[in-house]
Amino acid sequence: MTLFTDTFLIALIAGIAAAGVPLLLAGLGEQLSEKAGVLNVGIEGMMLGGAYLGFYIAWATESTGLGFLGGILGGMLVASLMVLFCVRMGLNQIVIGIALTLGAEGATALLHHVQFSRLYPRLSDVATWRIPGLADIPIIGPALFDREPVVYLAVALVPILVYVYRRTHLGLAVQAAGDKPAALDSAGQSVLAIRSFAVLGCGAMVGLGGAFMSIVGAGVFVPFMTHGNGFIGIVLAMLARGRPLWVLFGAVLFGACLSAATALQVAGVDIPTDVVQMLPFVAVMLVLLIAGRNAKLPAALGAAYVRGER
Amino acid sequence: MLDAQTRATARPSGTEAPPIVAFEGVTKRYPGIIANDSIDMEFRAGEVHVLLGENGAGKSTLVSMLSGLQQPDGGRILIDGVERPIGSPSEALEIGISTVFQHSMLVPSLTLVENATLGRKWWQKPDRAGTAEAMKAAAERIGVNLDPMAVTGDLSLGERQQAEITRALMRGARFLILDEATAMLTPNDAARLGELMRRLAAEGMAVVFITHKLNEAVAYGDRISVLRLGKKVGGLAPDALKTLDPQEATNEVVRLMFGTRDASGAEEAHPDSTTVDRAAKPTLELLAVYAEAGRVPLQNIEFKVWPGEILGIAGIDGNGQKQLAETISGQAPVSDGRIVLDGAYIDRMTIGQRREKGVRYVTDDRLGEGTVGTFPMSINLLLKEIGQAPYWRGGLEQPEAIRENARRKVTDFDIRTPSIDTPVGKLSGGNIQKVLLARELAGSSRVVIFEKPTYGLDLANIAATQMRIREAAKSGAAVILISTELDELLALSHRIAVMDQGRIAGIVENEDGARHTIGALMSGAAK
Amino acid sequence: MTDTVQTTDAGQRLRAIGGVLMMSLGPVLMAFLLSGVILLILKVNPFSYYGYVFGRGLLSPTGVQATLTRMGPLLLIAAALIVAFRAGIWNLGGDAQFLVGAVFCAAATPLMAPHVPIWLGLLAGAAISAIFGALWALVPAFLRAYQGLNEIITTLMMNFLGISLASVLVKLVFLDPATTVPQTRTLAVEDRLPTLFGTTISSGLIIGLVAILAVHFMMTRTAFGLRLRVVGGNASAAVHAGLAVPLLTIAVFAISGGLAGLSGGVAILGQYGNVRADWNPAYSLSIVPLVFLARFNGFAAIGFVGLFSILSIGAESAARRTGVPNYFTLVTIGILLVMLAVSEYYSAKRQKAGA
Repeated sequence: MTLFTDTFLIALIAGIAAAGVPLLLAGLGEQLSEKAGVLNVGIEGMMLGGAYLGFYIAWATESTGLGFLGGILGGMLVASLMVLFCVRMGLNQIVIGIALTLGAEGATALLHHVQFSRLYPRLSDVATWRIPGLADIPIIGPALFDREPVVYLAVALVPILVYVYRRTHLGLAVQAAGDKPAALDSAGQSVLAIRSFAVLGCGAMVGLGGAFMSIVGAGVFVPFMTHGNGFIGIVLAMLARGRPLWVLFGAVLFGACLSAATALQVAGVDIPTDVVQMLPFVAVMLVLLIAGRNAKLPAALGAAYVRGER
Repeated sequence: MLDAQTRATARPSGTEAPPIVAFEGVTKRYPGIIANDSIDMEFRAGEVHVLLGENGAGKSTLVSMLSGLQQPDGGRILIDGVERPIGSPSEALEIGISTVFQHSMLVPSLTLVENATLGRKWWQKPDRAGTAEAMKAAAERIGVNLDPMAVTGDLSLGERQQAEITRALMRGARFLILDEATAMLTPNDAARLGELMRRLAAEGMAVVFITHKLNEAVAYGDRISVLRLGKKVGGLAPDALKTLDPQEATNEVVRLMFGTRDASGAEEAHPDSTTVDRAAKPTLELLAVYAEAGRVPLQNIEFKVWPGEILGIAGIDGNGQKQLAETISGQAPVSDGRIVLDGAYIDRMTIGQRREKGVRYVTDDRLGEGTVGTFPMSINLLLKEIGQAPYWRGGLEQPEAIRENARRKVTDFDIRTPSIDTPVGKLSGGNIQKVLLARELAGSSRVVIFEKPTYGLDLANIAATQMRIREAAKSGAAVILISTELDELLALSHRIAVMDQGRIAGIVENEDGARHTIGALMSGAAK
Repeated sequence: MTDTVQTTDAGQRLRAIGGVLMMSLGPVLMAFLLSGVILLILKVNPFSYYGYVFGRGLLSPTGVQATLTRMGPLLLIAAALIVAFRAGIWNLGGDAQFLVGAVFCAAATPLMAPHVPIWLGLLAGAAISAIFGALWALVPAFLRAYQGLNEIITTLMMNFLGISLASVLVKLVFLDPATTVPQTRTLAVEDRLPTLFGTTISSGLIIGLVAILAVHFMMTRTAFGLRLRVVGGNASAAVHAGLAVPLLTIAVFAISGGLAGLSGGVAILGQYGNVRADWNPAYSLSIVPLVFLARFNGFAAIGFVGLFSILSIGAESAARRTGVPNYFTLVTIGILLVMLAVSEYYSAKRQKAGA
């Protein structure tokens, strides 16, 4: 039995994209939020919000495009609660984050139950965009360049965010909001507005990631389907220390392990998926143990901003 | 003394135009106190208006109302003669009011240019090259030399302040507030800032300079207003200030601030060095101590302190004084050399062991490391004795003993607190310092290190603290007094060592002429 | 002032307790009100729903017994979190510490049980679970103590790792050869923790109560607890005061992980008897905010944990009767947490205005 057939490799690489895109979007979203000083533990909930609303709208309108918009909206809905409670009212970010995750887990499962009872309707396959030329490369072509538009969008977000962080006032303002909010305030810009924007932007990206899981990845919505992807996103964002490209690397690494686990099973190799799923965490922990340094986080991360308090 | 001539250069010619900002009966209340009590004040173009007052006089509240951070509870604010509230920092900027705070308001992780572009419309692209040009030009105009591409976190406090002033100019500020701007600066940088203020006023800007240093007020101000306990108790108008010579002006301000005529009572009265027996064995000896881990590495520190002696450590802030204190107390490791206490080496001991041997350290970072702000005062008094009898027995807390200790300390050290259970963070700076003194001076101390012990305190608390320092020495301890206030060092110390870039530049006996020698050592002239 | 300390102390205490009650009951009522509105939208009578929830979780004999039994492991988790949070350490890896403790306990105890007295087997099982829970917490502990690495990242990662590891161990190493389902050997019912007073309530409840009260006492009344609180309140002050911060940090992780592991052990020894593959009740995540809102107070935490247990036990029965799925509990708890946080916000605001 030869393991490394072309079909196996295509499935493996395609799987990296499928598993990596939600992680990438979650990591990028969390990164934006953390840069602005909001430790967003609620992204698991935002992801579920996106997964549910995205799936529901795609199912109701039979349009995946609208479905993805719905996903963005779903993530932002949950994020808007985070904005209200943590940015505006300055409540504890960890408590609210966990509350939102638990609440969204319950709410989406409940909504699904009310809407579909015990049925799990399946969406039809999502149309792909074939990139001429690149798609003809053997193995990599069909795996990576004949994909759903969201995959391209997610990857495109990486350079876009790099540009925003480095080259725009918005990026500077976001960094200031996380590092020295008082400086931003005294420069006449609203810290709350910037943080609200960052959390909503985070919700949009994370929600899209959730919608990708339900619409593209699974084709169905299953309660609790995000399965810790949001938390991995938090880990990725903290390890990447503000650099979007590092989130991409991390998402590929974690995605590869998740994909390998599935691919090996399909190929009939008898290794529990858990073993393979552990690999990226083991790798990262080893890196931290050997080359452990201070994880440099924004100075005002987790602290609500109140004008006049130092 | 500062050069009085800088003050004579640019005088405002006319006062016909309405003041840029005028306060009429402005009042601000906080729960329990009236921070500003119907203040009337004018701020005019081309003037350096100095606000003088002790801690708690209401200077910061006034500044926060000027910069839009706080709103008054009563009274009117006139802008260019028209009533208009300063509702937010961005409104203040619109009016042309810029504030340079005591604590830098620049984002440390961004470059100066990026900091300068903060607050612009978000959809615009930062024009780094253009902004850098503009920044350089603005800096040149006011005679400041800076590198716009430098990362803020790498710069000294003085450089950051200059950058903040430059940034204010670039934003078209016509009203500049400098809040305790010289507090953290070296004497040279402070003088430079004073000259800068004069140049800005000459360009037609209104400058508000908040300080508690009299000589600076008189040297740089066109107009002086004195605040006391939230009220404006008087001031010197430009014409009055012009006719007085600096000494007269100082006396007048002192009269306003404290109600006395005498600027400095027992000037140059040195402590009596004959009480220190230098023939005896020194209590503390540092032998070629190196400590390389800190931000300012210590190099070849050597000195002795005898029982009952106060050794002053002078120097511009940030030249290794804190590292020295931490090295002796055990918070920072010694990389080479030895520390001897009463004939025994202590440099390998832990903080706790050194404390047991009698090493005490009164830190200047009172809330940052000295206390746990949310804990009751009674516990903070025992922070360094957790687990020790009689306050803990068998690891268990003995609440009555802890309370009893707190009550005794409250009386002995005159700590003003609502109750012994009050979180220490809610006490005033002076009372927090008393808590620290009460904790460190308890038991038998052999070496006491005071780091900037009077920093940020008002006169009454300064006097109380200085009395404690003298008492500690009288009781036979070797005292190390680190301070950036030369007057304080001269008033208290038997000898004064000057630190410069992690080394001891020299040790001087405190006798006539010491001030001059120390000044020379501090400025590096004696190198 | 001095002679009235005792009385004002008692008065303050009473007022504080009253305040805490107001602060806790108000939001609980608000949460039920809002959840009731949601039920109405779902066309379910909220009174009958909550009737079922509390009828089962609190009032029916079997329900109360189930509620009290569930409280055992939950209280241990709460104790684990109180130690960590009071010392300023965000141990978010409680679920893995719980599972790792549970798996090793479930692997070892059934093998020992036939050869030793029951009490010894139970004691050894509990010890094993605590030790492995503590070991699992030591990696983040060392990273935090000696490399200053943020424990939120590391405990979250160790959480994922631990959950997978537990599952791998069950499937590959500790597999019960006698069954086809992937699970560990099962501890015989007569070898488990004794039940209380002829009921079905597991004595795990007692262990949980003792643990949380002991932790509360340790944190508030002992020198060791005070040292930990100093580290949590202001780490620089702890260094300044000469405390051995790295060692204390490691101790905190070890105690916290040990208690979480013990929680897993108690769940096995008291209730489940074995660990099935992919079993993860994820208690820790739900307890984190509860403990936070109890302000790390052991007594308040007992109350919240009790309420949580009633809701989760009662909802299972209400689900069957009203057709409202279990998930609804999560919604209620989410709302409850938000309401508690909001009430804290307003009381802090009031305090500030009144101070």
